[in-house]
Amino acid sequence: MVETQTSLIEARSVAMSFGPAQLALTHVSTSIQTGEFVALLGPSGCGKSTLLRLVAGLMAPSEGTLTVGGLTPENARRGTRRVAFVFQEPNLLPWRTVADNIRLPLELQGVPRTEHSARIEQSLRLIGLTGDDSRKRPRNLSGGMRMRVSLARALVIQPDVLLLDEPFAALDDVLRQQLNEELVRIWTRHQWTGLFVTHNVAEAVFLSQRVLVMSKRPGTIIEEISVPFAYPREPGLRANLEFARLCGDLSQRLRGVAQ
Amino acid sequence: MTLKKLAIWSAQAVLPPLVVFGLVIVIWQACIVGFQLKPYLLPSPTAVLRAFINDSALLGQAVVYTGSAALLGFAGSLCIGTLIAFAFSQSRILRASGYPYFIFLQTVPIVAIAPLIVRWCGYGFQSVVLVAFILSLFPILSNGTQGLLDIDPNLLDLFRLNNSTRWQVLVKLRFPSAVPGILAGARTASGLAVVGSIVGEFFVGYGSKQFGLGYLIYSTNGQSQLDRLFASVLTSTLFGIAIFGLVNLISVTILRGWYDGPIEHRR
Repeated sequence: MVETQTSLIEARSVAMSFGPAQLALTHVSTSIQTGEFVALLGPSGCGKSTLLRLVAGLMAPSEGTLTVGGLTPENARRGTRRVAFVFQEPNLLPWRTVADNIRLPLELQGVPRTEHSARIEQSLRLIGLTGDDSRKRPRNLSGGMRMRVSLARALVIQPDVLLLDEPFAALDDVLRQQLNEELVRIWTRHQWTGLFVTHNVAEAVFLSQRVLVMSKRPGTIIEEISVPFAYPREPGLRANLEFARLCGDLSQRLRGVAQ
Repeated sequence: MTLKKLAIWSAQAVLPPLVVFGLVIVIWQACIVGFQLKPYLLPSPTAVLRAFINDSALLGQAVVYTGSAALLGFAGSLCIGTLIAFAFSQSRILRASGYPYFIFLQTVPIVAIAPLIVRWCGYGFQSVVLVAFILSLFPILSNGTQGLLDIDPNLLDLFRLNNSTRWQVLVKLRFPSAVPGILAGARTASGLAVVGSIVGEFFVGYGSKQFGLGYLIYSTNGQSQLDRLFASVLTSTLFGIAIFGLVNLISVTILRGWYDGPIEHRR
Protein backbone atom coordinates (compact mmCIF):
# COMPACT_ATOMS: atom_id res chain seq x y z
CA MET A 1 0.00 0.00 0.00
CA VAL A 2 1.29 3.45 -0.94
CA GLU A 3 1.33 5.73 2.06
CA THR A 4 1.10 9.41 1.33
CA GLN A 5 2.57 11.24 4.25
CA THR A 6 0.47 14.41 4.21
CA SER A 7 -2.05 14.81 6.96
CA LEU A 8 -5.46 15.82 5.63
CA ILE A 9 -7.63 15.93 8.73
CA GLU A 10 -6.12 17.50 11.84
CA ALA A 11 -7.82 17.76 15.21
CA ARG A 12 -6.11 19.62 18.05
CA SER A 13 -7.68 19.40 21.52
CA VAL A 14 -11.17 19.57 20.09
CA ALA A 15 -14.04 19.80 22.55
CA MET A 16 -17.73 19.99 21.85
CA SER A 17 -20.47 20.79 24.28
CA PHE A 18 -24.17 21.29 23.69
CA GLY A 19 -24.67 23.54 26.70
CA PRO A 20 -23.61 23.51 30.35
CA ALA A 21 -22.92 20.00 31.67
CA GLN A 22 -23.55 18.59 28.21
CA LEU A 23 -20.00 17.87 27.16
CA ALA A 24 -19.96 15.43 24.23
CA LEU A 25 -16.30 15.50 23.28
CA THR A 26 -13.17 16.56 25.12
CA HIS A 27 -9.46 16.79 24.26
CA VAL A 28 -9.74 15.06 20.90
CA SER A 29 -6.45 15.19 19.02
CA THR A 30 -5.60 13.10 16.02
CA SER A 31 -4.48 13.37 12.47
CA ILE A 32 -5.59 11.40 9.44
CA GLN A 33 -3.44 11.07 6.35
CA THR A 34 -4.63 11.61 2.78
CA GLY A 35 -5.96 8.36 1.42
CA GLU A 36 -6.11 6.67 4.81
CA PHE A 37 -9.08 4.55 5.91
CA VAL A 38 -9.71 5.05 9.61
CA ALA A 39 -12.40 3.56 11.83
CA LEU A 40 -13.78 5.43 14.82
CA LEU A 41 -14.83 2.84 17.40
CA GLY A 42 -16.61 3.53 20.65
CA PRO A 43 -19.57 2.67 22.84
CA SER A 44 -23.00 4.08 22.00
CA GLY A 45 -23.42 7.73 22.86
CA CYS A 46 -19.70 8.42 23.18
CA GLY A 47 -19.76 11.32 20.73
CA LYS A 48 -18.26 9.59 17.72
CA SER A 49 -21.07 10.76 15.46
CA THR A 50 -20.58 14.27 16.83
CA LEU A 51 -16.90 14.09 15.87
CA LEU A 52 -17.88 12.99 12.37
CA ARG A 53 -20.32 15.89 12.04
CA LEU A 54 -17.57 18.26 13.14
CA VAL A 55 -15.29 16.90 10.40
CA ALA A 56 -18.16 17.36 7.92
CA GLY A 57 -18.47 21.00 8.97
CA LEU A 58 -22.08 20.61 10.03
CA MET A 59 -21.13 22.12 13.40
CA ALA A 60 -18.16 24.06 14.72
CA PRO A 61 -16.22 22.77 17.73
CA SER A 62 -16.66 24.63 21.02
CA GLU A 63 -12.92 24.50 21.69
CA GLY A 64 -9.77 23.57 19.82
CA THR A 65 -9.13 23.51 16.11
CA LEU A 66 -10.21 21.08 13.46
CA THR A 67 -8.95 21.44 9.91
CA VAL A 68 -9.39 19.63 6.63
CA GLY A 69 -6.55 20.38 4.22
CA GLY A 70 -5.58 23.35 6.38
CA LEU A 71 -9.03 24.97 6.22
CA THR A 72 -12.03 24.83 8.51
CA PRO A 73 -14.17 21.86 7.48
CA GLU A 74 -16.92 24.07 6.10
CA ASN A 75 -14.54 26.15 3.99
CA ALA A 76 -12.81 22.99 2.78
CA ARG A 77 -16.14 21.57 1.67
CA ARG A 78 -17.10 24.83 -0.04
CA GLY A 79 -13.67 25.05 -1.64
CA THR A 80 -11.78 22.36 -3.48
CA ARG A 81 -12.33 19.34 -1.23
CA ARG A 82 -15.21 17.11 -2.15
CA VAL A 83 -16.69 15.73 1.04
CA ALA A 84 -19.40 13.07 1.06
CA PHE A 85 -21.36 11.79 4.03
CA VAL A 86 -23.24 8.54 4.43
CA PHE A 87 -25.89 8.62 7.13
CA GLN A 88 -27.10 5.90 9.44
CA GLU A 89 -30.40 5.91 7.57
CA PRO A 90 -30.42 5.82 3.77
CA ASN A 91 -32.13 9.26 3.72
CA LEU A 92 -33.37 8.96 0.16
CA LEU A 93 -35.93 11.34 -1.27
CA PRO A 94 -39.08 9.20 -1.71
CA TRP A 95 -40.35 11.21 -4.69
CA ARG A 96 -37.20 10.62 -6.71
CA THR A 97 -36.17 7.47 -8.52
CA VAL A 98 -32.92 5.76 -7.61
CA ALA A 99 -31.10 7.45 -10.49
CA ASP A 100 -32.48 10.86 -9.54
CA ASN A 101 -31.53 10.35 -5.91
CA ILE A 102 -27.97 9.68 -7.00
CA ARG A 103 -28.16 12.71 -9.28
CA LEU A 104 -29.02 15.04 -6.39
CA PRO A 105 -25.45 15.93 -5.29
CA LEU A 106 -24.51 16.62 -8.91
CA GLU A 107 -27.46 19.01 -9.24
CA LEU A 108 -26.76 20.75 -5.95
CA GLN A 109 -23.05 21.14 -6.64
CA GLY A 110 -23.62 22.41 -10.17
CA VAL A 111 -21.92 19.62 -12.07
CA PRO A 112 -22.67 20.15 -15.80
CA ARG A 113 -25.77 18.23 -16.89
CA THR A 114 -23.95 16.53 -19.75
CA GLU A 115 -21.82 14.62 -17.27
CA HIS A 116 -24.70 13.40 -15.11
CA SER A 117 -25.74 10.18 -16.82
CA ALA A 118 -22.20 8.85 -17.20
CA ARG A 119 -21.39 9.63 -13.57
CA ILE A 120 -24.62 8.08 -12.29
CA GLU A 121 -24.08 4.95 -14.35
CA GLN A 122 -20.54 4.62 -13.08
CA SER A 123 -21.71 5.04 -9.51
CA LEU A 124 -24.48 2.48 -9.95
CA ARG A 125 -22.07 -0.07 -11.39
CA LEU A 126 -19.56 0.55 -8.61
CA ILE A 127 -22.14 -0.33 -6.00
CA GLY A 128 -23.64 -3.28 -7.87
CA LEU A 129 -26.97 -1.83 -9.01
CA THR A 130 -28.46 -2.38 -12.46
CA GLY A 131 -30.15 0.03 -14.86
CA ASP A 132 -33.41 -1.64 -13.93
CA ASP A 133 -32.96 -0.69 -10.28
CA SER A 134 -32.20 2.90 -11.23
CA ARG A 135 -35.77 3.53 -12.38
CA LYS A 136 -37.33 2.26 -9.15
CA ARG A 137 -38.44 4.39 -6.27
CA PRO A 138 -36.91 3.91 -2.80
CA ARG A 139 -40.11 2.37 -1.39
CA ASN A 140 -39.72 -0.55 -3.82
CA LEU A 141 -36.24 -1.38 -2.57
CA SER A 142 -35.10 -3.54 0.33
CA GLY A 143 -33.20 -2.00 3.23
CA GLY A 144 -29.88 -3.23 1.89
CA MET A 145 -30.58 -1.85 -1.57
CA ARG A 146 -31.52 1.53 -0.13
CA MET A 147 -28.21 1.65 1.70
CA ARG A 148 -26.42 0.83 -1.55
CA VAL A 149 -28.19 3.74 -3.24
CA SER A 150 -27.19 5.99 -0.36
CA LEU A 151 -23.58 4.88 -0.85
CA ALA A 152 -23.80 5.41 -4.61
CA ARG A 153 -25.11 8.93 -3.97
CA ALA A 154 -22.08 9.67 -1.81
CA LEU A 155 -19.63 8.24 -4.35
CA VAL A 156 -21.10 10.04 -7.36
CA ILE A 157 -19.28 13.28 -6.54
CA GLN A 158 -15.98 11.34 -6.51
CA PRO A 159 -15.22 12.40 -2.96
CA ASP A 160 -11.80 13.26 -1.54
CA VAL A 161 -13.16 12.53 1.91
CA LEU A 162 -15.86 9.97 2.67
CA LEU A 163 -17.47 10.14 6.10
CA LEU A 164 -19.65 7.22 7.14
CA ASP A 165 -21.87 7.30 10.23
CA GLU A 166 -22.67 3.67 11.14
CA PRO A 167 -24.18 3.15 7.70
CA PHE A 168 -24.72 -0.58 8.03
CA ALA A 169 -25.84 -0.72 11.66
CA ALA A 170 -29.46 -1.50 10.77
CA LEU A 171 -28.65 -4.32 8.34
CA ASP A 172 -28.38 -8.00 9.10
CA ASP A 173 -24.94 -9.46 9.59
CA VAL A 174 -24.50 -11.15 6.21
CA LEU A 175 -25.52 -8.01 4.35
CA ARG A 176 -23.28 -5.91 6.54
CA GLN A 177 -20.30 -8.12 5.75
CA GLN A 178 -21.03 -8.02 2.02
CA LEU A 179 -21.24 -4.26 2.02
CA ASN A 180 -18.02 -4.05 4.05
CA GLU A 181 -16.27 -6.12 1.43
CA GLU A 182 -17.56 -3.91 -1.35
CA LEU A 183 -16.61 -0.76 0.51
CA VAL A 184 -13.04 -2.04 0.90
CA ARG A 185 -12.92 -2.96 -2.79
CA ILE A 186 -14.10 0.52 -3.81
CA TRP A 187 -11.64 2.16 -1.45
CA THR A 188 -8.66 0.24 -2.85
CA ARG A 189 -9.62 1.51 -6.31
CA HIS A 190 -10.46 5.12 -5.50
CA GLN A 191 -8.41 5.86 -2.40
CA TRP A 192 -10.59 8.50 -0.81
CA THR A 193 -9.77 9.40 2.76
CA GLY A 194 -12.27 7.45 4.79
CA LEU A 195 -13.57 7.94 8.32
CA PHE A 196 -15.96 5.19 9.38
CA VAL A 197 -17.91 5.45 12.63
CA THR A 198 -19.06 2.16 14.14
CA HIS A 199 -19.58 0.35 17.40
CA ASN A 200 -18.95 -3.00 15.75
CA VAL A 201 -15.41 -4.23 16.44
CA ALA A 202 -15.16 -6.72 13.55
CA GLU A 203 -16.40 -4.13 11.10
CA ALA A 204 -13.83 -1.59 12.27
CA VAL A 205 -10.97 -4.07 11.98
CA PHE A 206 -12.06 -5.50 8.65
CA LEU A 207 -12.34 -2.10 6.96
CA SER A 208 -9.66 0.14 8.32
CA GLN A 209 -5.93 0.64 8.47
CA ARG A 210 -6.21 2.23 11.86
CA VAL A 211 -8.81 2.09 14.62
CA LEU A 212 -9.32 5.06 16.92
CA VAL A 213 -10.89 3.85 20.15
CA MET A 214 -13.03 6.36 22.01
CA SER A 215 -13.96 6.51 25.67
CA LYS A 216 -17.52 6.86 26.87
CA ARG A 217 -19.10 10.30 27.05
CA PRO A 218 -17.55 12.86 27.13
CA GLY A 219 -15.65 11.09 24.39
CA THR A 220 -11.98 11.29 23.74
CA ILE A 221 -9.59 9.12 21.77
CA ILE A 222 -7.92 6.80 24.25
CA GLU A 223 -6.05 4.56 21.88
CA GLU A 224 -4.95 4.25 18.28
CA ILE A 225 -4.42 0.76 17.00
CA SER A 226 -3.06 0.05 13.54
CA VAL A 227 -4.51 -2.89 11.69
CA PRO A 228 -1.74 -4.91 10.08
CA PHE A 229 -3.66 -6.75 7.36
CA ALA A 230 -2.89 -6.05 3.71
CA TYR A 231 -5.44 -5.03 1.10
CA PRO A 232 -7.37 -6.32 -0.77
CA ARG A 233 -9.06 -7.89 2.20
CA GLU A 234 -10.97 -11.04 1.42
CA PRO A 235 -13.95 -12.45 3.35
CA GLY A 236 -11.65 -15.24 4.60
CA LEU A 237 -9.79 -12.68 6.69
CA ARG A 238 -12.55 -12.90 9.28
CA ALA A 239 -11.54 -16.51 9.97
CA ASN A 240 -7.92 -15.54 10.46
CA LEU A 241 -6.59 -16.19 13.96
CA GLU A 242 -4.74 -12.89 14.06
CA PHE A 243 -7.96 -11.08 13.06
CA ALA A 244 -9.91 -12.80 15.81
CA ARG A 245 -7.21 -12.00 18.35
CA LEU A 246 -7.24 -8.30 17.42
CA CYS A 247 -11.03 -8.18 17.60
CA GLY A 248 -11.03 -9.92 20.96
CA ASP A 249 -8.42 -7.55 22.27
CA LEU A 250 -10.38 -4.51 21.09
CA SER A 251 -13.63 -5.83 22.53
CA GLN A 252 -11.91 -6.25 25.86
CA ARG A 253 -10.72 -2.66 25.82
CA LEU A 254 -14.12 -1.38 24.77
CA ARG A 255 -15.69 -3.21 27.67
CA GLY A 256 -13.21 -1.56 29.98
CA VAL A 257 -14.15 1.81 28.53
CA ALA A 258 -17.87 1.33 28.87
CA GLN A 259 -17.72 0.59 32.59
CA MET B 1 -59.12 -2.99 -10.30
CA THR B 2 -60.42 -6.49 -10.86
CA LEU B 3 -64.12 -7.22 -10.95
CA LYS B 4 -63.97 -9.04 -7.65
CA LYS B 5 -62.19 -6.15 -5.94
CA LEU B 6 -64.73 -3.75 -7.44
CA ALA B 7 -67.54 -5.88 -6.04
CA ILE B 8 -65.97 -5.96 -2.58
CA TRP B 9 -65.27 -2.23 -2.69
CA SER B 10 -68.83 -1.39 -3.68
CA ALA B 11 -70.19 -3.71 -1.02
CA GLN B 12 -68.09 -2.00 1.66
CA ALA B 13 -68.10 1.63 0.56
CA VAL B 14 -71.17 2.24 -1.56
CA LEU B 15 -73.82 -0.09 -0.24
CA PRO B 16 -74.10 1.10 3.41
CA PRO B 17 -74.67 4.80 2.55
CA LEU B 18 -77.19 3.75 -0.10
CA VAL B 19 -79.09 1.67 2.43
CA VAL B 20 -79.19 4.65 4.79
CA PHE B 21 -80.37 6.84 1.92
CA GLY B 22 -83.17 4.42 1.08
CA LEU B 23 -84.23 4.21 4.72
CA VAL B 24 -84.36 7.99 5.03
CA ILE B 25 -86.56 8.23 1.90
CA VAL B 26 -88.94 5.61 3.25
CA ILE B 27 -89.23 7.28 6.68
CA TRP B 28 -89.60 10.66 4.99
CA GLN B 29 -92.49 9.48 2.81
CA ALA B 30 -94.08 7.69 5.76
CA CYS B 31 -93.98 10.88 7.86
CA ILE B 32 -95.64 12.89 5.11
CA VAL B 33 -98.42 10.33 4.76
CA GLY B 34 -98.70 9.56 8.49
CA PHE B 35 -98.67 13.16 9.83
CA GLN B 36 -100.27 14.66 6.71
CA LEU B 37 -97.54 17.28 6.41
CA LYS B 38 -98.23 20.24 4.14
CA PRO B 39 -95.92 20.71 1.10
CA TYR B 40 -94.71 24.13 2.37
CA LEU B 41 -93.34 22.40 5.48
CA LEU B 42 -91.90 19.29 3.88
CA PRO B 43 -92.27 18.26 0.25
CA SER B 44 -92.56 14.58 -0.61
CA PRO B 45 -89.56 12.77 -2.12
CA THR B 46 -91.43 12.38 -5.38
CA ALA B 47 -92.17 16.12 -5.53
CA VAL B 48 -88.47 16.84 -4.97
CA LEU B 49 -87.58 14.41 -7.74
CA ARG B 50 -90.10 16.07 -10.04
CA ALA B 51 -88.71 19.53 -9.26
CA PHE B 52 -85.20 18.16 -9.79
CA ILE B 53 -86.15 16.96 -13.28
CA ASN B 54 -88.23 20.03 -14.21
CA ASP B 55 -85.53 22.43 -13.04
CA SER B 56 -82.65 20.41 -14.44
CA ALA B 57 -81.67 23.05 -17.00
CA LEU B 58 -81.84 25.79 -14.41
CA LEU B 59 -79.94 23.71 -11.87
CA GLY B 60 -77.30 22.84 -14.45
CA GLN B 61 -76.80 26.52 -15.20
CA ALA B 62 -76.56 27.26 -11.49
CA VAL B 63 -73.98 24.49 -11.00
CA VAL B 64 -71.84 26.02 -13.76
CA TYR B 65 -72.05 29.43 -12.10
CA THR B 66 -71.38 28.20 -8.55
CA GLY B 67 -68.81 25.72 -9.82
CA SER B 68 -66.80 28.33 -11.68
CA ALA B 69 -66.82 30.64 -8.68
CA ALA B 70 -65.73 27.79 -6.40
CA LEU B 71 -63.06 26.63 -8.84
CA LEU B 72 -61.62 30.12 -9.30
CA GLY B 73 -61.62 30.73 -5.55
CA PHE B 74 -60.02 27.33 -4.93
CA ALA B 75 -57.39 27.85 -7.64
CA GLY B 76 -56.60 31.24 -6.16
CA SER B 77 -56.21 29.89 -2.64
CA LEU B 78 -54.08 26.98 -3.90
CA CYS B 79 -51.66 29.32 -5.69
CA ILE B 80 -51.63 32.21 -3.24
CA GLY B 81 -51.78 29.96 -0.17
CA THR B 82 -48.76 28.04 -1.40
CA LEU B 83 -46.87 31.22 -2.23
CA ILE B 84 -47.56 32.71 1.22
CA ALA B 85 -46.50 29.39 2.77
CA PHE B 86 -43.24 29.67 0.78
CA ALA B 87 -42.67 33.13 2.25
CA PHE B 88 -43.57 31.95 5.77
CA SER B 89 -41.15 29.03 5.51
CA GLN B 90 -38.28 31.39 4.76
CA SER B 91 -38.57 33.76 7.68
CA ARG B 92 -39.60 33.31 11.27
CA ILE B 93 -40.33 37.04 11.59
CA LEU B 94 -42.59 37.01 8.56
CA ARG B 95 -44.38 33.97 9.95
CA ALA B 96 -44.85 35.45 13.40
CA SER B 97 -46.11 38.76 12.06
CA GLY B 98 -48.33 37.43 9.28
CA TYR B 99 -49.91 34.30 10.70
CA PRO B 100 -52.35 35.97 13.15
CA TYR B 101 -54.00 37.87 10.32
CA PHE B 102 -54.72 34.70 8.41
CA ILE B 103 -56.17 33.17 11.55
CA PHE B 104 -58.34 36.29 11.74
CA LEU B 105 -59.41 35.77 8.13
CA GLN B 106 -60.20 32.15 8.94
CA THR B 107 -62.26 32.87 12.05
CA VAL B 108 -64.15 36.03 11.09
CA PRO B 109 -67.73 35.19 10.04
CA ILE B 110 -68.21 35.86 6.36
CA VAL B 111 -71.42 37.79 7.17
CA ALA B 112 -69.33 40.28 9.09
CA ILE B 113 -67.09 41.17 6.19
CA ALA B 114 -69.67 40.76 3.42
CA PRO B 115 -70.63 44.47 3.50
CA LEU B 116 -66.98 45.40 3.01
CA ILE B 117 -66.61 42.99 0.11
CA VAL B 118 -69.71 44.46 -1.52
CA ARG B 119 -68.43 48.00 -0.91
CA TRP B 120 -65.07 47.22 -2.53
CA CYS B 121 -65.98 44.75 -5.26
CA GLY B 122 -69.67 45.26 -5.78
CA TYR B 123 -72.33 42.58 -6.07
CA GLY B 124 -71.76 39.73 -8.47
CA PHE B 125 -69.50 36.94 -9.56
CA GLN B 126 -66.17 38.53 -8.57
CA SER B 127 -67.30 38.93 -4.97
CA VAL B 128 -68.53 35.33 -4.81
CA VAL B 129 -65.10 34.20 -6.01
CA LEU B 130 -63.52 36.35 -3.30
CA VAL B 131 -65.64 34.73 -0.57
CA ALA B 132 -64.76 31.24 -1.86
CA PHE B 133 -61.11 32.27 -1.87
CA ILE B 134 -61.15 33.65 1.68
CA LEU B 135 -62.88 30.57 3.04
CA SER B 136 -60.57 28.06 1.36
CA LEU B 137 -57.25 29.84 1.85
CA PHE B 138 -56.39 28.86 5.41
CA PRO B 139 -56.17 25.04 5.18
CA ILE B 140 -53.75 25.29 2.28
CA LEU B 141 -51.74 28.01 3.96
CA SER B 142 -51.43 26.24 7.30
CA ASN B 143 -50.83 22.74 5.92
CA GLY B 144 -48.39 24.14 3.38
CA THR B 145 -46.41 26.12 5.95
CA GLN B 146 -46.24 23.15 8.26
CA GLY B 147 -45.14 20.85 5.44
CA LEU B 148 -42.43 23.24 4.30
CA LEU B 149 -41.04 23.56 7.81
CA ASP B 150 -41.38 19.98 9.00
CA ILE B 151 -38.34 18.53 7.22
CA ASP B 152 -36.22 15.57 8.30
CA PRO B 153 -33.08 17.20 9.81
CA ASN B 154 -30.90 14.54 8.17
CA LEU B 155 -32.16 15.59 4.75
CA LEU B 156 -31.40 19.21 5.57
CA ASP B 157 -27.88 18.09 6.53
CA LEU B 158 -27.57 16.20 3.25
CA PHE B 159 -28.40 19.37 1.34
CA ARG B 160 -26.03 21.45 3.47
CA LEU B 161 -23.21 18.98 2.91
CA ASN B 162 -23.65 19.49 -0.80
CA ASN B 163 -23.34 23.25 -0.36
CA SER B 164 -26.89 23.85 -1.47
CA THR B 165 -28.42 27.30 -1.78
CA ARG B 166 -31.54 28.39 0.08
CA TRP B 167 -33.44 28.28 -3.20
CA GLN B 168 -32.33 24.70 -3.92
CA VAL B 169 -33.48 23.62 -0.47
CA LEU B 170 -36.85 25.26 -1.07
CA VAL B 171 -37.44 23.85 -4.54
CA LYS B 172 -35.81 20.43 -4.30
CA LEU B 173 -36.51 19.56 -0.67
CA ARG B 174 -39.07 21.71 1.11
CA PHE B 175 -41.64 21.95 -1.66
CA PRO B 176 -41.69 18.24 -2.61
CA SER B 177 -41.84 17.33 1.09
CA ALA B 178 -44.79 19.68 1.55
CA VAL B 179 -46.83 18.36 -1.38
CA PRO B 180 -48.69 15.68 0.65
CA GLY B 181 -49.59 18.32 3.26
CA ILE B 182 -50.70 20.80 0.63
CA LEU B 183 -52.87 18.11 -0.96
CA ALA B 184 -54.46 17.31 2.40
CA GLY B 185 -55.16 21.03 2.76
CA ALA B 186 -56.54 21.14 -0.77
CA ARG B 187 -59.04 18.41 0.06
CA THR B 188 -60.46 20.48 2.92
CA ALA B 189 -60.20 23.67 0.89
CA SER B 190 -62.14 22.28 -2.07
CA GLY B 191 -65.17 21.64 0.12
CA LEU B 192 -64.85 25.04 1.72
CA ALA B 193 -64.64 26.73 -1.69
CA VAL B 194 -67.96 25.16 -2.68
CA VAL B 195 -69.54 26.21 0.61
CA GLY B 196 -67.99 29.65 0.17
CA SER B 197 -69.41 30.19 -3.28
CA ILE B 198 -72.92 29.06 -2.24
CA VAL B 199 -72.93 31.10 0.96
CA GLY B 200 -71.24 33.98 -0.82
CA GLU B 201 -74.19 34.27 -3.20
CA PHE B 202 -76.50 34.81 -0.25
CA PHE B 203 -74.63 37.94 0.75
CA VAL B 204 -72.68 39.27 -2.18
CA GLY B 205 -73.93 37.45 -5.27
CA TYR B 206 -77.35 38.79 -6.23
CA GLY B 207 -78.07 41.81 -8.32
CA SER B 208 -76.77 40.33 -11.51
CA LYS B 209 -78.61 38.39 -14.18
CA GLN B 210 -76.43 35.40 -13.50
CA PHE B 211 -77.26 33.14 -10.60
CA GLY B 212 -75.99 30.02 -8.88
CA LEU B 213 -77.13 27.42 -6.37
CA GLY B 214 -76.97 29.86 -3.48
CA TYR B 215 -79.36 32.21 -5.23
CA LEU B 216 -81.74 29.36 -6.11
CA ILE B 217 -81.81 28.21 -2.48
CA TYR B 218 -82.37 31.76 -1.33
CA SER B 219 -85.12 32.64 -3.78
CA THR B 220 -87.08 29.34 -3.72
CA ASN B 221 -87.13 29.58 0.07
CA GLY B 222 -88.50 33.08 -0.24
CA GLN B 223 -91.28 31.81 -2.46
CA SER B 224 -92.02 28.81 -0.20
CA GLN B 225 -91.30 26.45 -3.10
CA LEU B 226 -89.91 23.76 -0.87
CA ASP B 227 -89.73 21.07 -3.53
CA ARG B 228 -87.48 23.33 -5.62
CA LEU B 229 -85.52 24.34 -2.52
CA PHE B 230 -84.89 20.68 -1.73
CA ALA B 231 -83.88 20.03 -5.32
CA SER B 232 -81.35 22.90 -5.12
CA VAL B 233 -79.95 21.62 -1.83
CA LEU B 234 -79.71 18.12 -3.28
CA THR B 235 -77.84 19.47 -6.28
CA SER B 236 -75.46 21.43 -4.03
CA THR B 237 -74.74 18.29 -2.04
CA LEU B 238 -74.13 16.15 -5.12
CA PHE B 239 -71.93 18.86 -6.57
CA GLY B 240 -69.92 19.16 -3.35
CA ILE B 241 -69.41 15.40 -3.20
CA ALA B 242 -68.33 15.37 -6.86
CA ILE B 243 -65.75 18.13 -6.29
CA PHE B 244 -64.44 16.47 -3.13
CA GLY B 245 -64.19 13.14 -4.96
CA LEU B 246 -62.35 14.72 -7.86
CA VAL B 247 -59.79 16.50 -5.68
CA ASN B 248 -59.38 13.33 -3.63
CA LEU B 249 -58.76 11.31 -6.78
CA ILE B 250 -56.16 13.78 -8.03
CA SER B 251 -54.36 13.83 -4.69
CA VAL B 252 -54.35 10.04 -4.34
CA THR B 253 -52.99 9.73 -7.88
CA ILE B 254 -50.17 12.15 -7.12
CA LEU B 255 -49.36 10.49 -3.80
CA ARG B 256 -49.39 6.99 -5.31
CA GLY B 257 -47.20 8.04 -8.21
CA TRP B 258 -44.50 10.02 -6.48
CA TYR B 259 -44.73 9.32 -2.79
CA ASP B 260 -45.26 6.40 -0.46
CA GLY B 261 -48.96 6.68 -1.14
CA PRO B 262 -51.64 8.36 0.98
CA ILE B 263 -51.14 7.78 4.68
CA GLU B 264 -54.11 5.42 4.97
CA HIS B 265 -52.66 3.22 2.20
CA ARG B 266 -49.07 3.07 3.41
CA ARG B 267 -47.64 -0.33 4.19
